[in-house]
Amino acid sequence: MKQKIGVYICHCGANIADHIDVEKVKASVETYPGVFLARTTMFACSDSAQKEIEEDIRSNQLDAIVVASCSPKLHLQTFRNVAMRGGLNQYNYVQVNIREQGSWAHSDKPADATTKAIQLVKAGIARVAESKELEMLRINAANKVAVIGAGVAGLRAAVELADMGTEVFLIEKEHFIGGRVSQWGKLFTSDQTGEMIVKNLYKDVIKHPKVKLYTGTQVAAKSGSVGNYNLELKITPRFITEACIPNAFDKAIEVCPVEVDDEFNFGMNKRKAIYKNYASEFPHLPAIDIENCTKCGKCVEVCSNIDLDQEVRTETINVGSILISTGFDPYEPAEGEYGYKTIDNVITLQQFLRLIELSGSKLTYKGKEIKTVGYIYCVGSMQIKGDKKYCSRYCCTSAIHTANEVYDKYKVKSYHLNRGIRTYGKQELLYTQSSLNGDVYVEFDPKKEPVIIKNGKGAVINVIDLLTAKEELEIPVDLVVLVTGMVPRKGNTIGDILKVPIGRDKFFNEIHPKLRPVETVIDGVQIAGASQSPKNISESLKSSLAAASKAASLVSKGEIELEPTLAKIHKNICEWCGKCAAICPFGAITKTTIEGREVAQVNVANCKGCGMCLPVCPVDAIDLIGYTNREIESMIDALID
Amino acid sequence: MSETAKKTSAKVLVFSTEKISDPAIDLAGLLKLHYPPTVYVITVPCSSSVKPKWIMHAFEKGYDGVFIAADGSDCPFSETCTEKTSDIIAQTHILMKEKGMNPAKLKMAAICSVCAEPFVKHMNNFVEELSRN
Ligand code: SF4
Ligand code: SF4
Repeated sequence: MKQKIGVYICHCGANIADHIDVEKVKASVETYPGVFLARTTMFACSDSAQKEIEEDIRSNQLDAIVVASCSPKLHLQTFRNVAMRGGLNQYNYVQVNIREQGSWAHSDKPADATTKAIQLVKAGIARVAESKELEMLRINAANKVAVIGAGVAGLRAAVELADMGTEVFLIEKEHFIGGRVSQWGKLFTSDQTGEMIVKNLYKDVIKHPKVKLYTGTQVAAKSGSVGNYNLELKITPRFITEACIPNAFDKAIEVCPVEVDDEFNFGMNKRKAIYKNYASEFPHLPAIDIENCTKCGKCVEVCSNIDLDQEVRTETINVGSILISTGFDPYEPAEGEYGYKTIDNVITLQQFLRLIELSGSKLTYKGKEIKTVGYIYCVGSMQIKGDKKYCSRYCCTSAIHTANEVYDKYKVKSYHLNRGIRTYGKQELLYTQSSLNGDVYVEFDPKKEPVIIKNGKGAVINVIDLLTAKEELEIPVDLVVLVTGMVPRKGNTIGDILKVPIGRDKFFNEIHPKLRPVETVIDGVQIAGASQSPKNISESLKSSLAAASKAASLVSKGEIELEPTLAKIHKNICEWCGKCAAICPFGAITKTTIEGREVAQVNVANCKGCGMCLPVCPVDAIDLIGYTNREIESMIDALID
Repeated sequence: MSETAKKTSAKVLVFSTEKISDPAIDLAGLLKLHYPPTVYVITVPCSSSVKPKWIMHAFEKGYDGVFIAADGSDCPFSETCTEKTSDIIAQTHILMKEKGMNPAKLKMAAICSVCAEPFVKHMNNFVEELSRN
C-alpha cells in the first residue's frame, strides 16, 4: 500500500474547470487515505507543471502519483515520463479521465460532474495505492509496413519507408496509381502537372527493391495486433498478361463495344471496358473493368495478351504496422443543388478541370464556347447544417488558379461568388493575379445563397452582394462551376476492417491533432493525407512523411515495447484443473510441478495479457498484473463510497 | 420529487476495454453526447477478463447495474471474445438468482471504438430502466 500519494487535478484551461469545481475535488480527496498532497493545476501537461510534479516527487519522496485530467490516450506517457524523471516507477502512476468522461460528457450537469470527478479521483487513488513497480515487455515486430492507397501520400510514404530500410507493401484498390492528383492539370506553385508529380513518385517506387506494389487490390480481412498484423489481400487481375504490344492494345480498346461513363473524367466523356485513364498512366498496361465487361471476346481477337480467364486471388501478408492514405472524394452536389444535374451548364470544379484537360484550342461545353464562368464557392463545405461544417482548404485556391488558367488560355471572364476567400500563404499571389485579370469577386451570405436560372444556352446567377450595400446582382454566364469541397472516400472499407475511429467530420481521426497528429488509437495504425482531413498536395505529403517516420520508428528496431500486463498464477491456490490452459488463445499456460504439486504456469513470451483466463479459474488463482482483485475491487469501492 | 430524484440516481458500473470501447466512451465526451453522470467506467484489457466475483462485489457495494462493454468481433485478442463474455454473464446471472437479484441488472453489449452514440443510448436506457425498478 502506497502511503505518500501526490494528486494533481487539472483545469485543462476551461475544458475541465468550466464544468467541474476542481477546488472542491481537491478538498474532497486531500484527506483520503494515503494522500500526502493534492494540488490543482491550470495545464498539467505544460512544461512548468511537469517540472513542479517532478520536484514534488523528489522533495517529498512521494511513492505514487495520480493526475486527474484528460483521457490517458493522450497523456499517459507524458506523465509516466514525469514520474520517471522524478524518480518513481512509471507504473506507480495512474491517470484519471475527468475530461472526456467527466466535464465534457456531463457539461449539462456541472454539480453531478463534480461529484463524479471526486469519485473517479478516489478510485484512481485506490488503484495507485495498490500499484507495483513494473518493467515494460518487449515483443518482436516485423520491420514491414502496409501502405494502403497509392495516391501521392501513399507513394511518398512508401519511398520514405523503403529508404529507411523498411519493407513496404503498397496496396492500391484501382488498377492505376496516382489517386486524385493524377486527375489535375497544371498545379500551383511549380506549374508541374499532376501527371508529372505522380510520374516522379512512381519512378522512385518502382525502382525501389523494398517496395512491392499491388494494384487492383483491397484488404479483405485483418488479424493479429501491432508488430504482427496479418492482412488478407483480395487481388483483382487486370485480365492482361505482362508482355505488352502497344498497338495491339490500342486496337483492342478501339474494338471494345462497351461504353461507360468515365469516372476519371467525372463523367465528362465515355470510356471502354478495356481502358487506361490517360496515355502515360502507371502501371503502363491497360486494365479491363470486369464489372462492365461482357466477355464478348472482341478484344481477344485482336490482342493475344488479353486473358479473360484470369481469376481473383488472395494473398496474406504479415506487417508490423499499417499506414492508411486512402484520400478523399470531391463532394457530389445533390440533384438540384445550385441547378446541378437539373440545369445543363452547371458542373463541378473537378468536372471543369477535366473539361480543360480534354479541350483543345477552344473551350467548349455541350457545343457552346465558354467565355464567362461563374464560380460558386463552398459547395459542400462550411455548411450551416450537417457534418460538412469544415473548410475544405484547397478549393478557393484551386478555383482561382483555374480561373487564371482559363484566362491565360482562352481569355475567359470569371465571377467568383464566395464566402470569404481563403488563399492563405503563397496562394495569395493567385488572388492578386486574378484581380489583375479583371475577375469579379462577389461575397454572399450563406443564408441567402445565389440562385441559378436557366437562360437559353447559358445561365443567370442572382446573388446579393454583401459588400456593396446588399445590392441584388444578375450575372449572365456560359457556365456555372460549383467549387465543391472534400468528403471522405465512399465505401472505404479499410476503416471498418481496422476499426479506425472517425471524427465529427467523418474523416479518420488522429489521437491528438497537435501532439500525435498521424497516429490512431489502434496501435500501429497511422493515417496520412486527405484520408484524415481536407489537405492540399503539399500538406498531404507532409503528413505522409510524418506517418512514415512514425511507422518506421515503431517497427524498425525489430521490437516494440508493450505493457507488462501478464497473467500471474498463485501457485499455492492452483489445483491444476487445466481450465485456464484450455481457454488461453495464445497457448501461454502449461502444467508444471512444484514440490510434488501439479500447478499452472504462464509463459511470459506468449501471454498477451488479455485476462481471458481469469474468470474461468474455479478457485480464483489467477490475477492479471495491473488488474488484480485488490486493484479492481478497491476501485469499485472508491467509486461508490 | 422522489420519483425524479430516483430516476437520475441509478448507479451503473461499466467494464470497458482499453483499446475498443474506451475510445468510444471518450468520443461520446468529445462530441458532448450526454449520459447520466452516475455511470462509472473501469477499464480492463478484454471484456472476457471480467470476473463474476467483481460484478457481485459491485452489487454488494450498492451499484444498481453493471454493464459490460464487450469488444464483439473487434476484440484484438480473440474472435470468441463475445461468446466468452456471454458465458461470464450467464455464470453471474446464476449467482445473482441465488441471491434473489433481478438478472436484468447485469447487461452486456458490443461497443466498438466508434460506437459513441450506441454507448450513450445504452446508458440512458439502462439507467432509466434501473431507476424505474
Ligand atoms: S492473460 Fe490471456 S494470454 Fe495470458 S495466460 Fe491468460 S488467457 Fe492466456
Ligand atoms: S484454472 Fe485456476 S486452478 Fe485451474 S489450472 Fe488454471 S490457475 Fe490452476
